[in-house]
Amino acid sequence: MTSTAAGPAYRAPRRLGGGGRRPDNSRQIATRERSRTLRATAFLAPAVAVIVAFVFVPAIVALRLSFTDASGFGEASWIGLDNYATVFTDPATVRAIANTVLYAAMYGPLVIAVGLGAALLLNRRDVPLRGFFRTIIFLPFVISMAVASLAWAFLLDPNLGLIPYWLGGLGIRMGDVFASTTWALPAVTAVAIWKNFGYFMVIFLAGLQGIPRYLYEAAILDGAGAWRRFRAVTLPGLRATMTFVIVFAIIGAFQAFDQIYIMTQGGPDRATETIVYRIYTDGFRDFRMGFASALSYVLLAITLLLGLIQLRVGTKRERDLE
Amino acid sequence: MTTTTRPSTRASEPAPRPPRRARGGTRATRVLRQSGVVAGLLVFAALTSFPVLVVVLGAFSPESEVLSWPPNFLPSRFTLDNFDGLAARIPIALQSWNSLVFAGVVTASALVLNSLAAYALARIEFRGRIAVFTVLIAIMMVPFQALLVPIYQMVSALGWVNTLAGLVIPRAADVAGIFLLRQFFITLPRDLDSAARIDGAGELRVFWSVILPNAKPALLTMALFHFVGNWNDLLWPLIMTSDSSVRPLTAGLALLTGSATGVAPYGVMMAGSLVAILPLVVLYLLVQRRFIEGVAMTGMKG
Repeated sequence: MTSTAAGPAYRAPRRLGGGGRRPDNSRQIATRERSRTLRATAFLAPAVAVIVAFVFVPAIVALRLSFTDASGFGEASWIGLDNYATVFTDPATVRAIANTVLYAAMYGPLVIAVGLGAALLLNRRDVPLRGFFRTIIFLPFVISMAVASLAWAFLLDPNLGLIPYWLGGLGIRMGDVFASTTWALPAVTAVAIWKNFGYFMVIFLAGLQGIPRYLYEAAILDGAGAWRRFRAVTLPGLRATMTFVIVFAIIGAFQAFDQIYIMTQGGPDRATETIVYRIYTDGFRDFRMGFASALSYVLLAITLLLGLIQLRVGTKRERDLE
Repeated sequence: MTTTTRPSTRASEPAPRPPRRARGGTRATRVLRQSGVVAGLLVFAALTSFPVLVVVLGAFSPESEVLSWPPNFLPSRFTLDNFDGLAARIPIALQSWNSLVFAGVVTASALVLNSLAAYALARIEFRGRIAVFTVLIAIMMVPFQALLVPIYQMVSALGWVNTLAGLVIPRAADVAGIFLLRQFFITLPRDLDSAARIDGAGELRVFWSVILPNAKPALLTMALFHFVGNWNDLLWPLIMTSDSSVRPLTAGLALLTGSATGVAPYGVMMAGSLVAILPLVVLYLLVQRRFIEGVAMTGMKG
């Protein structure tokens, strides 16, 4: 999920130390090493067995399925790249991919901006009741997207909801957002932002704690105003956090499913169908498992690409710091 | 984003600071700015708590008031009717129990398997350790949504659809959990296990009575995230179960929306939602620091 490159490099110095043990001869070294490998294998085996069986093998099986017309019943036949051709030419599927990209393009910047805004407010030491505010703002983290979706569907219901009612009181007429091909996707995005921005806030708070105070003091002495300090001290200080958060938000956005399943079922007129929603409906409702697997591989490729970008930026950053 | 996105001016504290440059300002401006910040935070807090309040109040409102226009925020009287309605539609007690068992067993098993694996990766200097770790990291990026079709086929072939085994075993260990624990185990001082080894402790003993007791924060964090994540998961139980008597609650609730009688039974839905969120909200309020530090921990690694 996160980086990654820190792993092996981080570990290196201790290895060189060899644990301080100095074996007498090579045979002893070999025996010790074998016994260590044996013990390590025993510790790793149960978890690795699960991961091989339910991640590694399925990844290979999905690849094979994606070249077939598997339906879950009877024999599947090999159809080469047909499924992939369909993914990129079938208008409904292309639309689902475009919806997902649009969703990510709205969700990513907004959830980060709102999260950062809340973090900046909460990071001030002269604010009373910080703990209380933090608790309340982070609360949606433990509430399932399914429940959040039910609550927002109720709040936004044009015939029953408090929000259309209150807006009506202000003279704003609000139709049924979930019946609008324009507004349904922003609406399901907004629910995800509502549920997740507290999470981003907490990550930003941790990042803000890492910015040394003297930088702000120096900026004040130089006469920098609030906006200037934000641009010149806060944002650069959050660069590491930002890289992580941006990729994390986008990867998350590409997995959107729950609120769509609950609130819109992909509608109206496919306006809220996303990649994962199509994997679900194609694979498990329409039993086009071969096609769903091809779509899965498109998702996998996008995710790995984003992960690689993060890894590269991460290692570059580490190199820059050295 | 909204109103007052002021950068953090921690420097505006009363610390020894030259009095020029009115940024810290006079008493009056400081109070003004402070109230602006508090107002901003109140907006955020209202935004997050309002839907939750609506769920709680809606759950105890008479159905007729939930389904009335103009809508009213506060019910005229409190009633448990919605919970009766809920129990009539879905086996709510059973599904809550299913959620508890599903999330609980996944968490317990992840605690055991992940910490064993993390121990090997962090504390045993075996050959190929870096290779194993690198492969695991690569796998960590694979989203489970992309593997649903083949996993379902496997689970189905094993006859595990609609069983606890099907829900739990594919999730009995996971790379993200191993990674989190490994990163923590590696920070524990080497002397801890050396001392135990000199006393003749074997690997299991070092793991059990040296590393684990010192890794409680990381273990608790991982456990909380696994429990909350699985309790709240929708897609996975939706696919692995079809029988409503083995379904966890989150997937069970989804059935309430599909009543297709025109008006959605919002009162019942709010009651179901309350049952689904209550255990987690209580857990969160009890150990919120662990949640928040846990999130900060995962963010920092980036």
